[in-house]
Amino acid sequence: MVSVKLVNLSKYFHNVKAVDNLNLEIKDGEFVALLGPSGCGKTTTLLMIAGIYKPTNGYIYFDNRLMNDVPPKDRNVGMVFQSYALYPHMSVFDNIAFPLKLKKRPKDEIRRKVKEVADLLGIGELLDRKPSQLSGGQQQRVALARALVKEPDIFLMDEPLSNLDAKLRIQMRAELKKMQKTFKITTIYVTHDQVEAMTMADRIAVLNKGVLQQYGSPDELYNRPKNIFVAGFIGSVPMNFIRGALKRTNGDYILEGLDYLFKIPRTYHDVLKDIEVGTEVILGVRPEHVDIGFGEYSGKVYVVEPLGRDQIIHIDIGGEIIRALAPGDYKVEEGKDIKFSFKEDKIHIFDKKSGEAYI
Amino acid sequence: MRFSPKKFFVSNSFTRKLHKGYLYVFLLPSLGFIVVFFLIPVILTFLIGLTKMDYSFRWDWIGLGNYIYILRDKWAYKILGNTLFYVFTTLAFFNVGMALFISIATTHINDKIGSIFRSIWLLPRITPSTVYALLWLWAARGEANSLFNWLTSIFGLHPIDWKLTYPWLLVILVNGFVGTSFGMIIFTAALKSIPEDYIRAAKVDGASTLQIIRYVELPLIKWPLLFVTAYQTLSLLTSYEYILLVTDGGPGLYTTEVWALYSYHLAFAQYGGIVKFGYGAALATILVIIGLIMSVIYWKVFRFRELMVEPKIEV
Repeated sequence: MVSVKLVNLSKYFHNVKAVDNLNLEIKDGEFVALLGPSGCGKTTTLLMIAGIYKPTNGYIYFDNRLMNDVPPKDRNVGMVFQSYALYPHMSVFDNIAFPLKLKKRPKDEIRRKVKEVADLLGIGELLDRKPSQLSGGQQQRVALARALVKEPDIFLMDEPLSNLDAKLRIQMRAELKKMQKTFKITTIYVTHDQVEAMTMADRIAVLNKGVLQQYGSPDELYNRPKNIFVAGFIGSVPMNFIRGALKRTNGDYILEGLDYLFKIPRTYHDVLKDIEVGTEVILGVRPEHVDIGFGEYSGKVYVVEPLGRDQIIHIDIGGEIIRALAPGDYKVEEGKDIKFSFKEDKIHIFDKKSGEAYI
Repeated sequence: MRFSPKKFFVSNSFTRKLHKGYLYVFLLPSLGFIVVFFLIPVILTFLIGLTKMDYSFRWDWIGLGNYIYILRDKWAYKILGNTLFYVFTTLAFFNVGMALFISIATTHINDKIGSIFRSIWLLPRITPSTVYALLWLWAARGEANSLFNWLTSIFGLHPIDWKLTYPWLLVILVNGFVGTSFGMIIFTAALKSIPEDYIRAAKVDGASTLQIIRYVELPLIKWPLLFVTAYQTLSLLTSYEYILLVTDGGPGLYTTEVWALYSYHLAFAQYGGIVKFGYGAALATILVIIGLIMSVIYWKVFRFRELMVEPKIEV
């Protein structure tokens, strides 16, 4: 097992900065997710760590060893691809055995290890089949087995679950996490699905347009997003963003919007005192932090989306619609007035221009 | 009710018949070509092969006389041997061998440079055959300043007349340089269609470039490889134009004569205007039969039916 350190890492394709000045430290045995929308540079980063792409600038270290010029075969990484990349002309056995065969290991050792890892992943009965005779879930296990059999120092996974159906994905999510915790292999996991990242990773690096937005635990990203991009990307019902200008009346800070006013709790006044009055800001509050049925603000119920256990209530506050998460059995009617309030310690304020969080 | 094109067109027996009718209308042009340019000539050749037709174009039927004569023709065996040698040597070294080598080499380097290399290899194909053959004849001349002799002089060798000394070498080079491009194009396309992830996975798993070629790329282009082998065997079996232009079967008696050229010589190019259409046609018929038999063998052995059913490169 090793730790991974990326220092000022960049990859340019002609004029496109796929990855721009990325600094990241991944501890030995840690499970880190690279999260971001498509084209954000997460796969490029992974391929640089694997040694497929050469960085344009910067350094990659495994432990304290500089890896920039080390060819992929000497990095001892195991990789799972989104397409699984199982060789169609080889049986499942030969696919899994391939890395060992290339290392010229003795035949009986190969047979033993392949059998071991296949049994572990529940594909021991499929070793004679061709990949085309397997289901998506089985193919995925073969791909995992091929990466595991070489006992890698680092596990790289590029959207490994995105080709599975929803049910299987949830099951594999847990299995992957369990497997990682059992073997304690340093794992870097690329995904665009924030739920996957949140549920599986020890730490998440959020990337956008090749630039690292924030690196932290799921809890940090959820509760203390550094900017509006991270705030909007993390969370299953996205955060509400309410535009307005910061005003000051009677010693209170107020967000003044088109047709609404929100009072900023006094606990935040210290942070806000350096901001010029009149600055355009964005108030962020997660739907689960909007309390409904009581409170100092009111709006009209715009539409209700039942989810079974919960329901999303869209509230028209005049020029802006916010979402609130309410229990599924909460009675509410579209078009009716509704009272609501924000959980005081859960609101965020971002600078409109830079997107950076004040709170 | 929603409009359903399928229902609309094949809803009753009349439209179904109409539908089938269209099928034949669309097939007609290609069927027409096959009949006019393959079926009729083959039948004519077979019929002429049963006569001793000469310049007078009389249908003097002699049954299988020509075929019996072929069995007794002492040159026929030499020429058959020549043909097999020519087909398999050109196939192995150029039409498949060199084509594969160039495809692999040019897909493993910078794409632009690779394309330039491949374009150069296409030049023989687009050069008129007489011009192309003439260039080779110049290059292989016996004078000390010809291209071949200039090249070998670098290694201290004396000038020789390549056409007279190594006629087969020249025949195979001339045909090979033209024949390479076909396989090259097909192999290159097949190699380029291999998903990038297979190569990346192999690299991560520790494969060197040679191992990637051996364990991943070659198995994945197995079908194009078999197709080109089959197609080019048949194509070489019946080709003779470059041999005609370069050595005309010589030097000497039938040194580089192949079956198709022998048939041509007997039918159209006998000295003194003695043309043996009948005998030439019989020889050509045998070539058609060999071609058909080999097609069937290739079809069975290489299981081309499977090739046509599903794509062999899976994504």
